[in-house]
Amino acid sequence: MSNIGLLFNYEWCSGCQSCEIACRNEHGWPLGTWGIKVEDLGPMEMEGGVMEFDHVPIPTSFCDLCEDRVAAGNVPSCALHCLSNIIEWGPVEELAKRLPELGPKTTIFLPKNNL
Amino acid sequence: MAFHYKDNPAPKTEVLDDGTIVTRTCAWSPPGCHAVGCGIKLFVKDGELVKVEGDPDHQLTQGRLCPRCLALKEAVYHPDRILYPMKRAREDRGKDKWERISWDEATDLIVSETERIREQYGSEAICVYMGTGREAVRYGFTLSSKVLRTPNNCYAQSGWSCMGPRQTAMTMMLGSAYIELDYNGGSLEVWNDPNWKRPDYVFCLGKEPLESNPDGLWGHALIELMKQGSKLIMVDPRLCWLATRADQVLQIIPGTDAALCLAILHVLIDEDLVDHEFVDKWCYGYDELCERVKEYTPEFAAQECGIEADAIRECARKLGYDGGQHHWSLLMGVAVDQNPNGCQVTQCLIAMAAITGNLDVPGGTVVGVQMQFEMTGATDFMSEELKNKCIGWDVYPIVKVLLNTTHPDITLEALETGRPYELKMAWLDSTNLLSPTCSAQPKRWHDALMKMEFTVAKDMFMNPTIMALADVVLPLATWAEHDGIVMTNQGCQMGIAGAINKALQVGECKSDLEMLIHFGNAFYEKAYGEEYPFKTVEEYLVDDLNKMGHSWEELSEKVVASNDIGGYHKHERGLIRPDGQPGFQTTTGRVELWSTGYDSLGDDPLPYYFPPKLLSEERPDLAKEYPLVMTTGRRYFASFHSEHRQIPSLRDLTPEPYLEIHPETAAELGIKDGDEVTIENPWGTAHERAHLTPIMRKDVVSAAHGWWYPEEDGEEPHLFGVWKSNVNSLVPHRVLGKMGFGAPYKQLPVKVYKTPVEECVL
Repeated sequence: MSNIGLLFNYEWCSGCQSCEIACRNEHGWPLGTWGIKVEDLGPMEMEGGVMEFDHVPIPTSFCDLCEDRVAAGNVPSCALHCLSNIIEWGPVEELAKRLPELGPKTTIFLPKNNL
Repeated sequence: MAFHYKDNPAPKTEVLDDGTIVTRTCAWSPPGCHAVGCGIKLFVKDGELVKVEGDPDHQLTQGRLCPRCLALKEAVYHPDRILYPMKRAREDRGKDKWERISWDEATDLIVSETERIREQYGSEAICVYMGTGREAVRYGFTLSSKVLRTPNNCYAQSGWSCMGPRQTAMTMMLGSAYIELDYNGGSLEVWNDPNWKRPDYVFCLGKEPLESNPDGLWGHALIELMKQGSKLIMVDPRLCWLATRADQVLQIIPGTDAALCLAILHVLIDEDLVDHEFVDKWCYGYDELCERVKEYTPEFAAQECGIEADAIRECARKLGYDGGQHHWSLLMGVAVDQNPNGCQVTQCLIAMAAITGNLDVPGGTVVGVQMQFEMTGATDFMSEELKNKCIGWDVYPIVKVLLNTTHPDITLEALETGRPYELKMAWLDSTNLLSPTCSAQPKRWHDALMKMEFTVAKDMFMNPTIMALADVVLPLATWAEHDGIVMTNQGCQMGIAGAINKALQVGECKSDLEMLIHFGNAFYEKAYGEEYPFKTVEEYLVDDLNKMGHSWEELSEKVVASNDIGGYHKHERGLIRPDGQPGFQTTTGRVELWSTGYDSLGDDPLPYYFPPKLLSEERPDLAKEYPLVMTTGRRYFASFHSEHRQIPSLRDLTPEPYLEIHPETAAELGIKDGDEVTIENPWGTAHERAHLTPIMRKDVVSAAHGWWYPEEDGEEPHLFGVWKSNVNSLVPHRVLGKMGFGAPYKQLPVKVYKTPVEECVL
């Protein structure tokens, strides 16, 4: 069986943090526990006046890829609720094929508890 | 105006194996947002809300949800929530001496006190105060005019600085209720419709649509356009995240927008990047506009705006007419209104769209139709004598022409002076106006409203405004707890028409619409001896939808429709004017670049620029001591103005009010990241937490608004800490544009310093 991963096209992550709360709602975790967390890169001024400013969603070791939801035929909660619709999930081989289509600032995570 | 439904929409309700009932609905504040109507699935088990999810069958939002709706459960069952009507003796205002009463007692008390005041002082002594964006705005005008029968309905923001200036130009130049970004919102397939052409450019001025969902636009539609290649031109003193994805950023000095826009018009006309066919056929006053903009060169604007002249030329060329190959769409926000020059900024923006052939074409700017319900015009049935007592109409006739409300600044003066007559009763209809949300000089409003003989309020939570001022408070339902309707920009723009479907009941809470009908029946029966036209919410909604040619039953069952408002090129097909003739709803029937409306109200018919009234050019005296420019009102995902401060998940995202300041400016002032700072000017002070960020101009700081501290002492004089971070106390009263609209909320001279330890309050 393939490894199932999560893909983030964070070029378009607007930093809303819906994924954090959606994840917590789904798993019933208290405040202070994250299955996914949005971390900021920048804003920082770089060579030539370029302002680097990204929001980067990162799954934690608690991410179970919404095993129960997926078993019931739903998509993971973070992917459903993402306001910019930048989260995809599936076998990492398939996700890797999406990288050139989606372009720069795309990452794939293989969560610790992958299915 | 046609509604379009999906062929096989998911059912309105579904029962899961464990008995959980899942209800599809659309959201509207409280708590939460403008009238965006995001699709939601509410999971209710044994009458209790157990889960909130996005609804993937909603054609616009497709399951996506922001943190505010995801945290709904925390609001619904919050221990501080107001669940029952409560009263308090007038002498106990400011004290937490609330006593639970029944709806019957509350109703009798409100009707008898209102009628006593009407008898003693006249109907005009009653005034309803409304906030922004919440569902209350759909029913509050009917509440004041038809239920309470007063001409006075007040939105307490100085200069009507949310919509006032924009509405002026949209109404006067086009006869349109609203103009909007084209994301193909009227189609079930939205931006994925192959027959639609996305905008090549989006020109965004004074708006950050992602965090604000302004005026009902679902902001992340913009991201979908940008993924498809729409290029963004961002005009904003802050280089926000969205601006880092823009094709071009014009990081101007706040309040100088009119200079920028006039210079763009100058370049468009000078380089003849103009759609002459559209101008000849549909515009009025083009030659006069050409003459006017001659003086506004890019070099002049560059000086005023603090940017490069060539950047203005580059921008104008991107927006110029090229034979109709490319189109651009306009996004304009509340920063346009929070500017005494705002009526002219909007004039320029509409002129830019018109002369480049970008009005009401796919990929251009969508011209909205008139509102379909009685938000304005509700006082039409009143006697002329009573209607004309509306506060401020004599001073600023534009409010009479456009909005049927009082003038906010004149209302404060009337409250304070008793002239032209005394106001005696306040109905606070979903407005927390002492918190720094809308009113300028909130302490003056506090003192003035304390003089009322009777004050009613309704809301979900006790807040500083209610704790200070009210005698009776009514418990307001969330959108999960009632039936209703939510339409993109009140139905005058392409977008969705959504059903708000009730899924649960909490305490004795009632919605804005339920209270309208409840008090409608109570006043008509007990005071007027008449029959109120609606007995139930359902009767009202059936009637509301019938007036639009649609069915409440169908909308409620299918949950959400796409509303096409008649599509594009409406002026060619007679869909803008009520008489069905082609053209625009203006005196000349054309887009009035030279405005007969502005002229008749005593303003210049053509757009013009004046430097910000309180900044260095006009007030060098102030600039010396207050060298920085403060802008306020930037939004967060975690809050809607003053809402949500008590919701744990959301407070965790944005725990404190942050003042954004450039690191070099901060260094010069000896301010470090995280320091408590005092922001000060001649009108007031506010304390916030310094956040050092290079996204700011070095001469501009951005202060958070809406802050109060629900976890702190609510009683007077502390009032949940409402005076600690009250940035609106720095906004002076009645510094307005000529017609009485637009106040300088986003262009204030301030100084900022690290708060001495002994003065720290955060």
